[in-house]
Amino acid sequence: MTLLDFARGPALQWSLVVLVLGVAWRLLGILLLKRKPDYSEPRSHTSPAMGAVRTVFTRMWPRKEFQARTAYGSALGYVFHFGLAIVVFLFVPHILFIRDLTGLSWGGLPSGVIYATGVVTLIALIAALIRRFTHPVLRLLSNFDDYFSWIVTTAPVVSGLMAVAHLGARYETLLALHILSVELLFVWFPFGKLMHAILFAVSRGTTGALLTRKGAAT
Amino acid sequence: MPDNTTLGEKLAQQGISRRSFLKFCATMASLMAMPPTMAAEMAEKLAKVRRQSVIWLSFQECTGCTESITRSHSPTIESLMFNAISLDYHHTLQAAAGTAAEAAREQAMKENEGKYLVVVDGSIPMKDGGIYSTIAGVSNHDMLVETAKGAAAIISVGTCASYGGIPKANPNPTGAVPVSAIIKDKPIINVPGCPPIGPVMTGVIAHFLTLGTIPDLDEFGRPKVFFGDTIHDRCYRRPFYDQGKFAKSFDDEGARNGWCLFEVGCKGPTTHNACATVKWNGGVSFPIESGHGCLGCSEPDFWDKGSFYKPLSTGEWGGGAVLGAAVAAGAVIGVGAALAARKRQDKTSGGK
Repeated sequence: MTLLDFARGPALQWSLVVLVLGVAWRLLGILLLKRKPDYSEPRSHTSPAMGAVRTVFTRMWPRKEFQARTAYGSALGYVFHFGLAIVVFLFVPHILFIRDLTGLSWGGLPSGVIYATGVVTLIALIAALIRRFTHPVLRLLSNFDDYFSWIVTTAPVVSGLMAVAHLGARYETLLALHILSVELLFVWFPFGKLMHAILFAVSRGTTGALLTRKGAAT
Repeated sequence: MPDNTTLGEKLAQQGISRRSFLKFCATMASLMAMPPTMAAEMAEKLAKVRRQSVIWLSFQECTGCTESITRSHSPTIESLMFNAISLDYHHTLQAAAGTAAEAAREQAMKENEGKYLVVVDGSIPMKDGGIYSTIAGVSNHDMLVETAKGAAAIISVGTCASYGGIPKANPNPTGAVPVSAIIKDKPIINVPGCPPIGPVMTGVIAHFLTLGTIPDLDEFGRPKVFFGDTIHDRCYRRPFYDQGKFAKSFDDEGARNGWCLFEVGCKGPTTHNACATVKWNGGVSFPIESGHGCLGCSEPDFWDKGSFYKPLSTGEWGGGAVLGAAVAAGAVIGVGAALAARKRQDKTSGGK
């Protein structure tokens, strides 16, 4: 069995098993937690559910008061999040992978656009890491999870770009490394901070519902 | 008796002009990525070379490799050159049969000890003492070991001889193995393909005749000059891949427009071969040009790499049942974790 066969076969199967098992475990483990009953009078006419949904979206944009201070970090975050979304969901071979898994399919972009987006995404990811290293507060707040999550996010971008450019090794080896790096991401996803891709909605929604009930701005 | 006629003399006898011979050498030098000056040197050396004794062993195979080398270019200069080497044993092509054929092989081995080339097509069955393929009562394994002993080099022609091929495909009922699994002390050149391209086979022989060495090989023992690039990299449909234009089925508009066949399973990106450049049938076309994706037939174990019609970027992930079971297991663990957490919450808050 070649490295590529391993990556496309057993490694893919087991990483997907860990991914879905872990996500189900984390999600149910959080959603089924007991909530404190709130006996106070609601101070708003807006329903907490509406507040929850609204907060999920309103918090995607930095508040005016902090915009000047957070603009650079926010811009980097936007660039690499959108970049990753474009590369992952609009590159035809990736769409075919998703179609094989879920049956869902949509149109893709030309490869050149994807490669350029990949390069921009990589630059933004590196800039985000430098910022994390150099920002005194952010550096203090960062732990292993932050750095490892950065590595498993960046590795597929780097290996993907290397594969399309045939850089450093044979294409099959680079493709295998690219797939293996994605599988490492699958395995780490439920157990590290990458789970924010799902939990951001849960945490923002909870905050939004609580603050709405209290009549506070969300 | 050994034939002492040189290749140049032999070609002259067959009416091949020097111009045609030089043209052939220039083509071969170009195919093998040699500098243009090598064409004249190749012609000079080839003309002086005595007819190379070649023993062709056909084992567990379909004769497609022989078909490819003999039919596809006949009667071009490649096939004449093949006549010009001394093909001392080839049980499909030789006139002799039975003990006379075996005697021809033994005589060639004796007279050209240490100098003859062995060409093998087909894999070698090892299970049950190798009884699944025998020639004149001798197992393929024993005949290979005996013949390889005095060989200068071995050319494994076709994917079966190179990597086991279809006979080795799961569940490999005959215990098929490639030549390289048995012979360890001789230089082996793999020329895989199902079948391999005719000019690639003659090119490898010409390289051995002119330079007396084996060409640079890749990690799978294939000559880099022919197997250095992937089909995808040299494919004329590559621009459509880059533009994101794909045929979704074999009869849709994309297929009619000649768009990339990646979505219908083409294995070109991971297949190293010269099909896209040397092509087939005298350079007429190759499978992708005829509208079918590459099967990856020059790669080891190509038969066991999943469906020919599934895109390369999909994997063998086990199906929905496996993932469904994983979700169920995760849900059970999650509910258990939540119940345990609730108990702790109750303990802390006194049940409120």
